[in-house]
Amino acid sequence: MNFNILSLIIFLPALGAILIACTSNSRAKLIKYIAAIFTLIPLILAICVFFSFDRSPTMAGVIQFEEKASWIPLINAYYHVGLDGVSLPLFFLMTLLGFLVVLISWKIDLRPREYFAWLLLLEMSILGVFASLDFLLFFIMWEIEVIPMFFLISIWGAGRKEYSAFKYVLYTLFGSAMMLAGILSVYFTTHSLSMVDITARGIASYIPVVPQALMFFLLLGGFAVKLPVFPFHTWLPDAHTDAPTAVSVVLAGTLLKMGGYGMIRVCVSIFPDAARQFAPILISLAMVNIIYGAAVTLKQTDIKRLIAYSSVSHMGFVLLGIFSLTTVSLTGATLQMFSHGLITGLLFATAGIVMHNTHERDINKMGGLARQIPIITVIFTIAGLGAMGVPSTSGFIAEFMTFLGSFQSDILVGAFPIAKVFTVISILGILLGAGYILWLLQRVFYNAPQDKFNGVHDADKLERVYSAIFIIMIFLVGVYPSILTNVIKTGITPIINLLGG
Amino acid sequence: MDLVLITPEIVLLVSAIVVILLDLFLQRKSLLAVISLAGLAISFGCAVGLWCGNPQTTFNDMLTVDKFALFFKFLFLVISALVILASTDYVSKFTRFQGEYYALVLLSTLGMTLLTAATELITIFVALELISISLYALVGFLKDSKSTEASLKYMLLGAIASAILLYGMAFVFGFTGKTQLGDIAQAIGTLSLAGGSASFGLLLGLILLIVGFGFKIAAFPFQMWVPDVYEGAPTPITAYLSVASKAAGFAIILRIFYTAFDLPTWLSQDWGIIFAVLAAIGMTVGNIVAIPQVNIKRMLGYSSIAQAGYLMLGIATMGLSKSHDFLGQSSVIFFLAGYAVTNMGAFIAIIAISNKVGSDLIEDYAGVGKRSPLLALALTLCLISLTGIPLTAGFMGKFYIFSAAVQQNLLWLVIIAVLNSVISAYYYLRVVKVMWLDEPKFEGSVSSSGALRLALFLACFGVLLLGVIPNYVMKLAEWAAQMMGF
Repeated sequence: MNFNILSLIIFLPALGAILIACTSNSRAKLIKYIAAIFTLIPLILAICVFFSFDRSPTMAGVIQFEEKASWIPLINAYYHVGLDGVSLPLFFLMTLLGFLVVLISWKIDLRPREYFAWLLLLEMSILGVFASLDFLLFFIMWEIEVIPMFFLISIWGAGRKEYSAFKYVLYTLFGSAMMLAGILSVYFTTHSLSMVDITARGIASYIPVVPQALMFFLLLGGFAVKLPVFPFHTWLPDAHTDAPTAVSVVLAGTLLKMGGYGMIRVCVSIFPDAARQFAPILISLAMVNIIYGAAVTLKQTDIKRLIAYSSVSHMGFVLLGIFSLTTVSLTGATLQMFSHGLITGLLFATAGIVMHNTHERDINKMGGLARQIPIITVIFTIAGLGAMGVPSTSGFIAEFMTFLGSFQSDILVGAFPIAKVFTVISILGILLGAGYILWLLQRVFYNAPQDKFNGVHDADKLERVYSAIFIIMIFLVGVYPSILTNVIKTGITPIINLLGG
Repeated sequence: MDLVLITPEIVLLVSAIVVILLDLFLQRKSLLAVISLAGLAISFGCAVGLWCGNPQTTFNDMLTVDKFALFFKFLFLVISALVILASTDYVSKFTRFQGEYYALVLLSTLGMTLLTAATELITIFVALELISISLYALVGFLKDSKSTEASLKYMLLGAIASAILLYGMAFVFGFTGKTQLGDIAQAIGTLSLAGGSASFGLLLGLILLIVGFGFKIAAFPFQMWVPDVYEGAPTPITAYLSVASKAAGFAIILRIFYTAFDLPTWLSQDWGIIFAVLAAIGMTVGNIVAIPQVNIKRMLGYSSIAQAGYLMLGIATMGLSKSHDFLGQSSVIFFLAGYAVTNMGAFIAIIAISNKVGSDLIEDYAGVGKRSPLLALALTLCLISLTGIPLTAGFMGKFYIFSAAVQQNLLWLVIIAVLNSVISAYYYLRVVKVMWLDEPKFEGSVSSSGALRLALFLACFGVLLLGVIPNYVMKLAEWAAQMMGF
């Protein structure tokens, strides 16, 4: 393909960021329109990519829309991007959220120039992570994201924003420090930075400079902080609680998914043996994530913090799906990443509207809002049902596939079928999930109406529009999942082949 | 004798003398800076002219002009030009001795360019002294109590370090009977068969050399002078110290240890381990002590100790390398280039900001981002590069050095180093936070002269260039490492 469509999608937001940086803060409207245009075009292009992606089974494992150019020949680094079945859904999700968060941020008035520039830069780096097939490029994109996040949380956030921003940055850098050491050891084992080549040849065919298990855990370290895996999750509630709404949406929607994506792309694909060997540990951690995350969620009284902790629980499903190492569970995990991005994105967006309109974020001080703001209530309830995994929403099909797949898993410890048993325990997470979502809905929207919320505005036109887009997507995937599962399967099949062989 | 080979040095010397003489007659002192820059530019041109061609030796093998020497000559000339551009604001406030200031900068640059080509112990020592003595004077240039204290401290400790260095050279000479680096290598080759006390004495000499050079590059545990001197010296000189003086030290370490002491293997393994341990302790101490600093110059002083630790990681790689590839050397050279532009950029921005807020305290930098966004952006870029976040020179340098180290089974050291980068993020980003988030304490924007802005622009351009398309400089660094003659 001569037309470098992926590069165009990745770098258009960066171009937009530069254009915005050249305007002045007083022209807020212009800035917002530039931001909207430079995220809308990538979205449209990504839709084209999504529909022209070849889903036939013969294309399994083939990288599509590939672009490769020599970058630093001295260390064999290439500018190498491309999409396969695992990365395409997440790549598409980011372009979608990229556009929607600009709409969500429409009311930002504080230093809009810097805000939108950082937001677009953030989109570029996340898109880059999902599209990179070269380790150096991957790592660079992975790291760039820290800077916009630091500024976005610390300037436009709320509460202990500076503390949260520092915590976020230090945790992320700690993870990526591990990852860098891992990447370097992979590089000197294979003398290649190409993920595709290393996966194709198999790491086992090289003489390792350090034990494979060490490389595996160094790389996993970076992804585990990001996903996040217990006990590295403590940055997440702080960052989510104090970040501005749009950033929470991106954070929950796609930033966390970088961790899950990395695990599939690197830990499982490149180290199939190590993945199988250490799967019991990770499955156990997944169960802790699910149950502990859900239990802590029940106790939260801050509306954003509650949603943040529910993410910890939901990311446990992803981890469980990935390390159960079956076709269905890996497909389910990828689908869960996509679906969680939509559902939690919508939850955060709506929570942001509620907080903005009521000036209240403490759940105990809210109540009866269904009377005053019926439309927001409906939207929030739909998102909540999705998070609970009610059938016909995308949450249901994703969780169903994850559990179905992980229950089929043959991961054993001795004779103990750890994957099966822990899956059964983890299903309790759904029950707890229903608990915290319904209890949240009841406390915020139902009960007796309060007079102090009488003049509160309901969702305005723009808010209804983007919420509608979210809802349409949630139901589309829920009712017609094969639009995605077909794609995901082409990416998962070769990985399963690696695991089997 | 081939004088063509030392034309860059001759030009520097002549321009230093011209500057001092013209200072007596000229009323417009700003012309002195222009003359100094012209001298540097001509010298740079001469060095470029020498680039093509094989390594050549001259003055009875005392000097070797090879790509290694020329690469560092380019680096030092560029750094000096940036320092002089950044000094114009600062120096114009002096009532006297403006000519001497520029002349001393040129003379110490002369010492550095000589040092890069020196392949004989006495010449190396003389070149080092030329650098040091010019710098002692420059550090004390402000003549206030802090500056004088800094100068005195620097001179006393520097003199001791020089003595130790000389003592080490004496040991090496005593056991090999040679002062020329290539001859030393040969002598060691025959010596190693004998073993016994000779090898012990040689090792002692090497350790003394490491101590002496350790002072010049501000490596742990010889870094005690750094914070006071960095704080007291005029800021452009602090920049010069932290970049050029350090790079010169590393250049000569690379040359001596690679050409004279690389073989036999047990010897290079021994000093490789010493450097590895010093690197691990140095970066940890530098980074941890940098955290509580309130003065930005002191903070950057400690950060430079940590950066020296990363660089020593590269030296250790060179020592432990069994395959005799050039990855260790070229990664150190590349890192130095990246570190040079980054730290220069940071100090130039600090000169501009401190000029306005009248203090070097980090808390007084509050709100610079609101008052002068471009300047704050430049400083942010440099601090991000020092942290080692991608798309900057700092990241590429670290990536290169760490990748070289992993290849020599130094993964444990690389893990210490990457964790150190995380620690360093805390104090670098704290400055960023203060600049962008806190409310301004001063009125108006930060004004700066055209020269300063030009220097800052060049430095930032360098940071991005090395971060995004590092290929050309990497290639140069690789050539420089491979074509080291003796």
